[in-house]
Parts: sequence; C-alpha cells; structure tokens
Amino acid sequence: MSEVKKVATRDSYGNALVELGKEHENLIVLDADLAAATKTGVFKKEFPERHIDCGIAEANMTGIAAGLSTCGFVPFVSTFAMFAAGRSFEQVRNSIGYPHLNVKIGATHAGISVGEDGASHQCNEDIALMRAIPGMVVINPSDDVEAKAAVKAAYEHEGPVYLRFGRLAVPVINDRPDYKFEIGKGVELRDGKDCTIIATGLCVSEALEAAEKLAVDGIDAQVINIHTIKPLDEELVIAAAKKTGRIFTVEEHSVIGGLGAAVSECLSENCPTKVTRIGMNDVFGESGPAKELLHKYKLDADGIYERIAAEMK
Amino acid sequence: MNKLELQKTAVEVRKGIVEGVHAAKAGHPGGSLSAADIFTYLYFEEMNIDPKNPKDPDRDRFVLSKGHTAPGLYSALAHRGYFPVEDLLTLRHTGSYLQGHPDMKHIPGVDMSSGSLGQGVSAACGMALAGKLNKKDYRVYALCGDGEIQEGQIWEAAMFAGFRKLDNLCVIVDNNNLQIDGAIDEVCSPYPIDKKFEAFNFHVININGNDFDEIKAAFDEAKATKGMPTAIIAHTLKGKGVSFMENAVGWHGKAPNDEEFAIAMEDLRKAGEALCQK
Repeated sequence: MSEVKKVATRDSYGNALVELGKEHENLIVLDADLAAATKTGVFKKEFPERHIDCGIAEANMTGIAAGLSTCGFVPFVSTFAMFAAGRSFEQVRNSIGYPHLNVKIGATHAGISVGEDGASHQCNEDIALMRAIPGMVVINPSDDVEAKAAVKAAYEHEGPVYLRFGRLAVPVINDRPDYKFEIGKGVELRDGKDCTIIATGLCVSEALEAAEKLAVDGIDAQVINIHTIKPLDEELVIAAAKKTGRIFTVEEHSVIGGLGAAVSECLSENCPTKVTRIGMNDVFGESGPAKELLHKYKLDADGIYERIAAEMK
Repeated sequence: MNKLELQKTAVEVRKGIVEGVHAAKAGHPGGSLSAADIFTYLYFEEMNIDPKNPKDPDRDRFVLSKGHTAPGLYSALAHRGYFPVEDLLTLRHTGSYLQGHPDMKHIPGVDMSSGSLGQGVSAACGMALAGKLNKKDYRVYALCGDGEIQEGQIWEAAMFAGFRKLDNLCVIVDNNNLQIDGAIDEVCSPYPIDKKFEAFNFHVININGNDFDEIKAAFDEAKATKGMPTAIIAHTLKGKGVSFMENAVGWHGKAPNDEEFAIAMEDLRKAGEALCQK
C-alpha cells in the first residue's frame, strides 16, 4: 500500500472549530485543562474570548455549556471521551439531554488508540452511554474529512450531539470530490456479495484493508461506514443484510452497547441475520503504542481479516 | 410590593405548595415552605421578568438547583401569572406539565431543568457568563439547598464563578438545617457555609431568609456588589408556616393526608387573616 496522508480526528476537530468560529459568532468552545490535547488550543489562539477553560472540572463544564446554550450560544464541550461521557454522564443526561439543549460534546481520545496512558483513559463505553440518552445524536467519524464535516453538521443540527474523536493519526479515506456527510446516513465504501463489514471510526480504514485481504481468499466483502451510530441508518443496514446475509461489525469500543449492539438490535427486529461483533470483548485496555494495541486486540486490518476469514470458512 | 403585600403573597404561595403536594400525594413541602419567602421576593419584587414574555432574552434568570422544591417555584410562577393557579393541583399527575422536578421544556417561566442535585449553579454560571459575553445586564439567581451543597459540583461552579468575577450571579443557600437523613451537621456538615463561599471569592451575606426586610436588604446589596458573585446564606425554618411541619425532618418529602391538609390550610388561612388585620 502506498503512503497515505494520516490525520488524527482530534486535529480535525480543532481545525473545524476554527473554520466554523469564523462564520458563527455564537459558537463557543469549552475545555477542561486539555486544550492542547483536544486541539481546541487552535481555536483559543484565534478566538481567545470564546474559549472558556473551566479547569479540571468536567461536570461543571457540562452544566456551564447547558446554561450558555439557553442564552443562544452553541457550546462545544471538549475533553477526553472518558470524562465527557463517563465522568459527566449524569450532567450530560440531566442538564443537556433531558432539556434537549443545543450543546455539542467533542470527545477526543476515545478507545484503546489513546495508547500509552492505558485503561484508565481508554473509553470503550462512551457510545453505549451516549446512545442510551433520548434525543442524543452519536457520531464517530472515520477520518479527517469526515470529522470536519461532522463538526459542521453538528453545529447545524438543533439539539445535543456527541462527537467521538481519536488521538491516533489515521488514513484519510474520504478525500473525494463527491463526498457528502449527512447525519444518520451510512456510506457504502466497497461493494461485495459474500458478507458485509459495517465499521465505524478508525476501524473503517482497517476494514477496507481487511476486505482487500479477504478478496485474495475469494471472499467478496461489502464495506459500510456507519459514522452516525444514532440515529442508525437502518435502511442501509437492512439492505446489506438482505443482500449478503452475513454481517460483521467493527468498532474500537466495547461489543456491548456500541455499533455492534445497534446493528444487532436493528436486524433482530427487522431482518434476522447472523451478526459477529468485532470490538473490545468486555475487557479493559492497557498501556502500549496505539498501533500495537489495535493489533493485539485484533482491531487492525490483520485482526479483522483473520476473524472474518475464520468465520466465513 | 411593600412588605405587607409580600407577606400576604407568601401566604398564598404557601397555600399553593400545600395544595399541590396534597393533590399529588407526593412531593417536597418542607424545603418549598422554607424558601417560600425567597421565591415570593424573587418573582414579585426582585427579578426583571414578564410572565407574558417568559423567553425574553433580556430577562433575569432563576435556576432552582434544589429542584425537588418545585412546588414552591410552581406556586410562585402560577401566582405571578405564568400559568393558571388551578393547575397546581395537577402537580406530579400523569400527563401534567407540572413535573415532579422543574422541566424547562414544558413549564412557562422555568429557565432551567433541574432536580438532580448539584447541577443548577453550573447552569447559572453559564447563563451569567453568557450575559457578560453578550454585554447584557440581566442577573442570574440560583437557589441551593444546604444539604445540596454537599455535592462537589457546587464547589466546582463556585470556583468558576469566583474566578470569573460573575457579579451578575447571586447564589442563595436555603439554610433550613435539615436534609432527608437528619440535621445537616449530623449527616455530613457543610458548615461554615459562609466561610466556604468567602474562600471561593464570593461576597457573602447572612440573613434570616423568612424576613422580607432582610431579604430585600440582601438582594439590594448583592446587586450593588461589583467584581464578585454574591452568596446569600438564608437561615430559614423548614416547613415554615405549617405548624406541624416546622423544623420537622419527616416533612422533607412527604405529602399531608386529608386531615393534615385541613390543619395546614387552616394554619395558612389564619396567617393570612392576621396579615389582613394589619
């Protein structure tokens, strides 16, 4: 494979905020002492008066965002996924979700690709938590192009949105002129007839690579990118199940409550189909370089390929 | 409103609390009654509000951080004209817009949904910060319980408000000294409350929160205080105005039965009558 451009979606987040901030004066960014890591620092440099550092107090930051939104601001609450969805779950649920306020949560450092910081900071439960809140939109973009488009779409959407970003630089796969982002609309990236790989986030590029390996073995895999986990593109998922009859979901998240769960719930009700959930198997992560961890937990192209090849025998 | 009018109005607000909780057969009368004079002063005297235009961007805002005392807020809102007083009898009923805890989506005049303790002051900070950023001169009020300030998020918010010099923010602590499990200084004491807020760079005023002269003086002083937020520590009597509920821990979250309801309403009727003799 030739060298492709790689960008961490947390960088996309910061850059997209700067671009949107130029157009919209009511966009305001909140951070909790992590502006350098969440990449909202670039926004702070451009618009210091609209960047509110709340210190290491995520619950309060979440509530401040709620209050700001009632006064016409569109706040982007920024911190690691562990703290945005984990520590502040109840604030997100009660101060933002219940009153359906127009607050966007920019959660960076999601999943095991956080790397060396280890399990305490690797949030593999955030999609499950956020998905359970009524009215919450949950987006997990796959690359730089999609992440920027998602931030813009989140701003334009009226209501709470959870945006999931990663720390690791990942291949840019959506850099094409006809690329279009629509909340709730999945994207077929590869046609195939034998099985369907439904992936989200950084696992999308890995799934595409795995599909190429499967093709060498004579397995023709369809690949679908589900960037919006809620609302799920049920139409596309059901159509894929009808077409190939065999589904694999891939996510850098627990197999409990995330994309795999969402797809399984949809198909068990609408089109019973065998679904294999590839993700974190109800375990915590550990310290190590991100690429090594993705390999160890079988979420890279090799791991995905091996699992599907074995199941498809 | 003069003091007598405020006192009379507070009696009506208290009646609405008792009627609502009785009709609901559930709810929190104790802390609603202790704060009834504060609700009354805020909605009938202090705040720049218009019941006909509850979403006016320039209005003063109120966040009931101790959301379980919604009967007090609802009664003040109803008597101020935000919605019919009769609707108070639908409190907590299935299908009613008067939810057990404040719901900004469905109740006219409610500026923030609340109920899960500890979260309201943060939202109030967001509103106050928005006022500063938008160069608006509205004020923001948040009412907390004295048990509620055991929640850590209150102090995260206090740190933020003090640091950001949010002088358009006024936090009121309803210090009735009782929480569900007993006296606050026997459960897990938050005292000294005033010293804590001072340490977080608040201007602090201690008052009798059931005395309109002291309430008025405190809110006037808060408005005149620049460069820092104000905390009013309102020393109140839980259950104030209903003889058998006063300073009784058991009346935190319990509805009166029909017999108790009759006594409570008689207490309040007499109080109102006594004020009419003045």
